Order: sequence, then structure tokens, then C-alpha cells
Amino acid sequence: MPAILPIGLLLVAGALVAVHGFASTRNVANLGLQASILLMLAMPMTLIIMSEGLDLSAGAVLSLCSVVMAEALAGGHGLASALAASVAVGLGFGLANGAMVSLLALPPFVVTLGTLGIAEGAALVVTEGNAVSGLGSGIASLYALDVFGLPFPVLVALATWLLTYVLLHYTRFGTYVFAIGGNRDALVLAGAPAWAYHIAIYAFGGLVSGVAALLLTGRMNAAHPTVAIGMEFDAIAAVVLGGTSFERGDGRLLGTVLGVATITVLRNALDLLGIESSLQVVSIGGLILLVIVIDSLRRSRREQVA
Amino acid sequence: MPNNPVSATAVRSPQHWRHLFAGDGAELALRVALIVLIGSALALASDAFLSTANVLNVLRQASLIFLLAAGLTLVILCGGFDLSVAANLTLSACLAAGVIKSGLSPWLGIATALACGTAAGALNGLAVTLLRLPPFLATYAMLWILQGLAFHYMGGQEIFGFPPAFRALGTGFAFGVPVPVYLMAVVLFVATVFVRSTNVGQEIYAIGANPEAARLSGIPMRRRQMLVYMLSGLMSGIAAVVFLARVNAADSGMGEPLLLPAIAAVLIGGTSLFGGVGSVLGTVLGAIILALVINGMNLLDIRAQWQPLVVGVVLLVAVMVDLVARGRRERIG
Repeated sequence: MPAILPIGLLLVAGALVAVHGFASTRNVANLGLQASILLMLAMPMTLIIMSEGLDLSAGAVLSLCSVVMAEALAGGHGLASALAASVAVGLGFGLANGAMVSLLALPPFVVTLGTLGIAEGAALVVTEGNAVSGLGSGIASLYALDVFGLPFPVLVALATWLLTYVLLHYTRFGTYVFAIGGNRDALVLAGAPAWAYHIAIYAFGGLVSGVAALLLTGRMNAAHPTVAIGMEFDAIAAVVLGGTSFERGDGRLLGTVLGVATITVLRNALDLLGIESSLQVVSIGGLILLVIVIDSLRRSRREQVA
Repeated sequence: MPNNPVSATAVRSPQHWRHLFAGDGAELALRVALIVLIGSALALASDAFLSTANVLNVLRQASLIFLLAAGLTLVILCGGFDLSVAANLTLSACLAAGVIKSGLSPWLGIATALACGTAAGALNGLAVTLLRLPPFLATYAMLWILQGLAFHYMGGQEIFGFPPAFRALGTGFAFGVPVPVYLMAVVLFVATVFVRSTNVGQEIYAIGANPEAARLSGIPMRRRQMLVYMLSGLMSGIAAVVFLARVNAADSGMGEPLLLPAIAAVLIGGTSLFGGVGSVLGTVLGAIILALVINGMNLLDIRAQWQPLVVGVVLLVAVMVDLVARGRRERIG
């Protein structure tokens, strides 16, 4: 069992007791909305980290996708073509990240740091640094839609989880994700097109970012060129908290979901307590440290016993 | 466990000093040629480029990038990475600004920046050596923690207006040359002597080149790794002082635009991301190239919003050139 489960439960219990308004119906609905975008970033991030990779560009690419979507809507295009444009941009960045990591064997964190700069710059250039508004009411009403009692954003996020789960556990792609993280060379020597699957991991991330832009843009009914930069930190934190290892092809999708839930509860509770976002980041850092120390202590005890 | 004594700067023979900066002459010449090329292009494109004021301005900008990149060079030589250098600069500069603005001595402000930088570097070192976190992950988390603390400390405000004597560290001249350029020269010399001519410096190369062999030959890995992360933090603190003195103001976003240029400067300078290969002198040339690119964009009236995009492209090109130059592919397909 990853250390995140008891810590997350303790956190929820603490919030229920100590934070006024945490359990209100409105706040619980709010938690779902807050978690949905993060869950969408964290699902592909789990696969990327399983493959011994990292995507530091995820937040910047999401911002750029949101800007592209908003510019298309503001320019009078329909929701479908705006979404298509956003997905195309996300996919393009994902493919570029994947190609540099897979074909050139460049370190993922440097590659995605470079594309972070490119995506951030592109979003700033397109918008001249300003927010994009005047999108009409279509995307906002889609965001506010209720389907079978579930808010639309939560539904999209759950669908992403389901899709990632199926991809990871019921397709060849998923098997190769485990193998690329475990021993990529063996996969290549066995004659499998590891390079293509390796690119596909990052492409999946870009694609999901393109769709997640729908939620980000809908929530504000506007787009801002740098709004999601830094969100990749929460996504990476959720994956690490969930127990996915950087060193083995060992992923825990459910762990990531627990990580997303924990981070969302932590941020929400601190919000309600009036603690600003900057200190929330520090507390997430502390939480990661706690989980890592607990896990490494348990591992060293197990090794001593063995 | 065998343990190499920490040797001071070993002065051996006159030839030794000549060899200090030699060894990779062709690679360095290539970078100098690139500087001349970009410089000529800018001179043709803009009349303002070759003015003394502008050239000194480029050097001043390069020295700031270099101060941040010098510590990063040591970390990368040692096979690690430090993503927190710019955020460390931000927090160090903000704290120093707070100290100086509260009426305390600027010396105390400088000490604050250096202490903050070194302490954050030590935390990075502990996360890498004790918790065995991958360096990019540990320093990435540190980036956001330091950034968060800086946001909190500043509360969205700016601290500005410092004593002239302090500002001279960033804006002053001595014999017609900006003060930060002297600082760049001193750091270049000390760091080069350190990595090339001391046992500890050579051990840093050895760890980066082959950690397993280094460990087996009795190099105290953890202490050397602690050292490079602390030195990187210290350099962030020094860069923070220079930056603060130059712009005469601190805010919680001041360091962020320097992260990509600093990393790009190290890579363009020929230090390999895979560790064990590179030099501090290369990083100086890399910093000058980056400063030229940024200066050129200003002179050609290219909007500042293009900067992250251009530097991002430069970074990717640099890392690909590194790959080709090393001819080193870790993978088989």
C-alpha cells in the first residue's frame, strides 16, 4: 500500500473537523471541478514517468491550447473546430517531445524544458501577453452542463481515467509502456518498434492536454497565456505521491488518482483557511518529502529483514 | 575507506598554467567563431550594436547569466542537474532586498543572499544524496518551493531603491569595465583552477564520467555531490546580489526568465548533459552567445514575448549539438 492512502485519509479527516465549510455540498462539487483538470494532466504524466520520462511542458502546452481554442472561438469558429485546433496543437507538441526523447535519446527533462519555453513564448506572442475573452456562451454552458447528475468536467476527467486504464492494461501500447520503463533495450532487441510506442506516450499526453483546454477555457470563459504554467508541478507531484517510480517500469494509475485527490483536498482546505497559493505549493513539496521519506524507510526496513 | 585529502590550488610548474585553459582548443575556437559570427551579423543589422555602451551592456548581461550558469556547470559536470538556480536567485534577492530595505547594512543583505542560496543548495544536495531522488526531480520540487516562499515573502509587492554603494555592484564601472564583468573573470578563474587543478575538482569530473568507477575508486561521492549543489546555490546567491544591484528592485518573478538562458549557456558551452565532459570557460562563451542573442532581439525591436520561444529553440538546438558532438547514444535504437 502506498503511503499516500493513510496520509490522504488523515488529511480529509482533518479537513472535515478543522476546516469550516469543507463538507458543504457546494464545496464538494467544487472539489470535483478542481480535481478534473489536474486528473487529466496526471493520467498521461503517469505513463510518461513510468517510461522513465518527464513532461515539464504540460502546463505551458495546456495554456497554449487554451489560448488557441479561445482565439478560434473569439474569431467566430464553432466549438468543434476550436477543439480540433487545440487538440492539433497539443498533439504537435506531444509528438515533438516524443520524437526528441525517443529518436534522439535526449534527456526528457531538458527536451520538455525547451518545449515549455517554446509553448510559453508562442502563447505570449499570439495573445501579446493579454487574456483572450469574448468567446460567446457556448463553451461556458458546455462546462456547466450536467450529464446524469455529473458535472461535464468531472465526466471528461473520469473518461480520461477510464481510457488511460484501458490503454495501460488492455492494449499492446500499455504492455510496451511497462516494458519501455523496465528495459527499453530488451524491447528493441526483441524487434518491437519501441521508438513508435515511446513517441505515442508523449503524443497521448499532448492530445489529452488539447482536450483539457476545453475545461480550462470553459471554467473561466477566457484564456490567459500563462495561466496553467506550474500545473505540471501538481501533476508530477500527484504521480510521485501515488507511488509511481522513476526508475522502474512500475506505474500505479490508482495511486495517481489518490495523489490528485490528496493534492486537491490539500489546496482546497488551505484555500478555505485563507492560505495563499504560494504556500500551498510549499506544503505540497513538504507532502512529497514526507511520502518519499516514509516509503524509503519502509523499503530499507524490508531490505534489512530480507 | 580511502580518502583523498582536499588539496589547495596546486601550483606545479609554469607550463601548468598554460594547460589550465587548454585541452579543448578546437571546441572553444568554434564557440569564439560563433560569437564573432553573431556579432558581425548584429553589427550589420544594427548601427547601435558596436557602440561601447552596448558592448559593455552585452558583457554585463553575459556576466549575470554566467554567474548563474557557473554553479550549474559544476553540478552537470558531476552528473547531476539543478533546475532550481533561477528560483534560488529570486528568493535570495528578495530576502536580501528585505534586509537592506529594513535599514540594515548592505553587507548583511549580501550575506543573507549568499546564505539563502547556499542553504537551498544544501537542501538539494541532501535530497539527492540522502533521499536518492533523481536530481531533476529534487531540484524541480525545490524550484517551486523556493518560488512559493518568494511569492509569499513579497506578497505581490516590489522592494526597490537601494544605497548607491550597493548598486555599484551591478551598475558600477572600474577602469571603464562594468563591475560584474570583473566578478565574472574572478569566478571563471577560481572555478577553472578548482575543477582542473585540485583533486576535488578532478573527482567531480570522475563522478560525472563514470559514477560506478568513481565510487569503487574510493571517491566520497555524497560529499562531492553535496559540495557541487551547495556551490551552485552559492552562485545563485552571488548572481542574486549582482542582479538586485543592477535593477535596483526585487520582485518574485525576477529570476524566472534566467533559467532557460543559464541552462542553454552551459550546454552551448560544451558541457555534456551526461556529465564528466566540459569546462567553465566554455560556459562563459555560452553565456556571451546567449547574451548576444537576447541583445540582438532587443536591438532589432523583436518583442520581449518572443524571448522564451527563441531561448527554448536555442536550448533544444544546443542539446542536439551536444548529442552529435559526443556521438554518444545511450540507447541501441
